Amino acid sequence: MIFYITALIIIGIGLYALIIKSNLIKKIIGLDLIETGINLLIVSIGYIDGKEAPIFTFNVRNAASMVDPVPQALTLTSIVIGASELALAAAFVVLLYRKYGTLNVKKIRSLKW
Amino acid sequence: MIRKIIYGIFILIIVSAIAMFLRGTPFGVDKMDVGKYYLEETIPQTGAANVVTSVTLFYRGFDTLGEVTVLFTAALGVAVLLFIEDKKRKMTYVKANFVTKIGTRIVFPFILLTGAYIFMHGHLTPGGGFQGGALIATGFLLLYLAYEETSIDRKKFYLVEGLGGLTYVIVGLLGYFMRDSFLANVLPNGTLFDLLSGGIILPIYIGVGLKVGSELANIVDDLFCEVKCTGGE
Repeated sequence: MIFYITALIIIGIGLYALIIKSNLIKKIIGLDLIETGINLLIVSIGYIDGKEAPIFTFNVRNAASMVDPVPQALTLTSIVIGASELALAAAFVVLLYRKYGTLNVKKIRSLKW
Repeated sequence: MIRKIIYGIFILIIVSAIAMFLRGTPFGVDKMDVGKYYLEETIPQTGAANVVTSVTLFYRGFDTLGEVTVLFTAALGVAVLLFIEDKKRKMTYVKANFVTKIGTRIVFPFILLTGAYIFMHGHLTPGGGFQGGALIATGFLLLYLAYEETSIDRKKFYLVEGLGGLTYVIVGLLGYFMRDSFLANVLPNGTLFDLLSGGIILPIYIGVGLKVGSELANIVDDLFCEVKCTGGE
């Protein structure tokens, strides 16, 4: 249960940083926090009480004592895609800084709404 | 101020909506359906000890090929956006201190070795191509932080990256021509817990590890070139 609550708190903090903060770097950090929270949520949905990680070792050979491997595999995909998206976002921030000389969204006039 | 409160209420609505959704899926109980099939069939079908790896690369290998493509596209995008040939701009550095320099010199080969170990044992231990590649890229990041005049040979890195991606596609095409479908298992499964087991997982993960390592090192090089070429802050 604590995992669900932690994931929700992380998602909330990420949304706060993404929506309210005006610094672009902080916005990117917020985006990454949301992604981390959702990954934690997916993995904790696959968790089963008292069972082990889905890796066969010399001691553990029975499949009945393992947690669900599918959410973990999907989270692996999600992490990689999040990392590439983060790199692209950082590149855009560098370009914006070079063009406007500031990271504050409110000072980048053409992006103001 | 009013706007912040409105946004706060908005965030609360989103988070509570997710919480309402989660009430339907209880925590910590067995709700496996397709997972049970994977757990039981992994050893006879793939010969890999790590079930997560076998799901990622064996049952959903096409998905992972798309993931590698997404990573490649992102690295290409960063390179296109940031790479500038203009070397005559002023360079300012923050000098690394003595401990960082000597420590990097000692630790760097071990980082590469650990990365190679992780991506070669992806079917036995909790690791894999992406994790090992990321570890190798952190080694290059450390090199950039310690020695400010570092610049990697891009052509060789592009070569390694292309070969890594090509390995994946060639293994997939081998499966297409020798068996029934793209990314079918063409190699023998071997005995459990051996390094040479797990069928096609080992060659694919070596390719993916090299590709991810060189790609992330290229991204690091792009970002550092930006700092060097424009004089940083």
